[in-house]
Amino acid sequence: MVSRLLHCIPAWILTTSFRLFLVKKYKITVFLVCLLPLLVLVHDVWQEYEVPGSALGADPEVTVVHFLGNWAIRLLLLTLTLSSLTRRIKILRLIPYRRMLGLFAFTYASLHFSAYFLLLAGGDITTMLADFVKRPYISMGISALVLLIPLAITSTAYWQKRLRKNWKKLHRLVYPIGMLVIIHVAWLAKSSYLEAVVYTTWLFVLFGERIYPNNR
Amino acid sequence: MPINEHPAKTFAFYKDAGLKSYEITPESAYFNRRQFLGSSVAMATVGLSSRNLYANIDSRLPGDEITPEVYATTYNNFYEFGTNKEDPSRYADRLTTKPWSVKISGAVSKPGEYTLEDILSPHVPEERIFRLRCVEAWSMVIPWMGFSLADLLKRFNPAGSAKYVQFFTLQRPDELPGQRSFFSTIEWPYREALRLDEAYNPLATIATGMYGKELPNQNGAPLRLVVPWKYGFKSIKSIVEIRFTEKQPATSWQTIAASEYGFYANVNPRVDHPRWSQATERRLPGSLFTPNKRDTLMFNGYGEQVASLYSGMDLNHFF
Repeated sequence: MVSRLLHCIPAWILTTSFRLFLVKKYKITVFLVCLLPLLVLVHDVWQEYEVPGSALGADPEVTVVHFLGNWAIRLLLLTLTLSSLTRRIKILRLIPYRRMLGLFAFTYASLHFSAYFLLLAGGDITTMLADFVKRPYISMGISALVLLIPLAITSTAYWQKRLRKNWKKLHRLVYPIGMLVIIHVAWLAKSSYLEAVVYTTWLFVLFGERIYPNNR
Repeated sequence: MPINEHPAKTFAFYKDAGLKSYEITPESAYFNRRQFLGSSVAMATVGLSSRNLYANIDSRLPGDEITPEVYATTYNNFYEFGTNKEDPSRYADRLTTKPWSVKISGAVSKPGEYTLEDILSPHVPEERIFRLRCVEAWSMVIPWMGFSLADLLKRFNPAGSAKYVQFFTLQRPDELPGQRSFFSTIEWPYREALRLDEAYNPLATIATGMYGKELPNQNGAPLRLVVPWKYGFKSIKSIVEIRFTEKQPATSWQTIAASEYGFYANVNPRVDHPRWSQATERRLPGSLFTPNKRDTLMFNGYGEQVASLYSGMDLNHFF
């Protein structure tokens, strides 16, 4: 019995280290993939600087703001999807990537807000505050971003240990944030609700997964 | 999106040549005209000196520069083709505009189905440079080819009881992907309307061309409305029916969200749309590095010509 267990050890070390190696390797890949949209945008903005009107269309301000916002939503939903997938399909060990994806979602959301503030609100705080008060979709968006800040700050292992059980509670904030974001998108849609419907369905599937009993 | 022109260069070309924009587009304009005039004798009299014979409207204010054609033809709201700005130019060739007919109906003494030639042949399009202000807070300056809507409407002898004129866009889902979309909230066909006295204002235009060429499909071929003092969605495209009515007809956007889009939809910097401030606008093409933001003008800068239409009306209520 004991010798059998001992025999398992090298195999265990091998597989674990291989898995760690994989996770590390993929972390770099995931990092680069998440960075890709931003690199595309930087390239387009550079093109735009060199030859105005060449890369971002007739309304570059709106193009940039929407591009960043779309990626923020996709990454946020993807972050939530990782937890669900790992819960349901045990062999997928996706949790190690979750923090990075979440932080990327936060980064894109912050850039989205900065782009809105500088390009659409003209860098004017009173315009932004007026938008916040008068336009519900903007209040929703800004609230979602503000709520993401504590999650980003406490995403580190240090905070995870320090907050213990409360960490999980705190990070459940991501669900109301998801709702705010969906309303933000739906409210903005003028006539076609395709985008809003896709994101809402995605979020509700994830909600369903969390509510549905998990017999693991 | 194929954008091969450097806008600055385009402007430079206009300036260097010392020409006004309408002076550099003659050749295609003649062809354009020729087509509208058909084979009638009128052609001989118009000849090649049309510019001198027909008045042009150039309503540009200081700082207004003609939007490069590539933007006006690739950045469009024409939801029949799809809701993205690139959809109309992408799917434009799916739409067949020949043959085309326009139905005249309602309180009018000469109703009927008219061919495009019947509709257009008595009119000679002139160049009319107008600002176009979209409700989404962007704007362009476009050289249309067209004529006054009033000249067209009066030919059919509207009844004395007619108070409004309603317009309908083509409904043809096999050619217009946006009309097949499951997620659209617009009830097709798209419809718009004007009070008859608004329609008779000389600035209300039926456009058949732009930039000295035939109107591209994505811009509303073969004929569209241009109402420069109202938000762009009033300027209905690809018209197939004109109906004279006694009661105020419902318009498409009003039907979708009456609190956001009114019947009048006059450009008004003091009445905000719930989602866009209307106080300022982005003149396109925009630039990230030199923002082209400017104050929106009451009636889009056409107050002198149109304000009297609304005297005594509370424009905060009738937005």
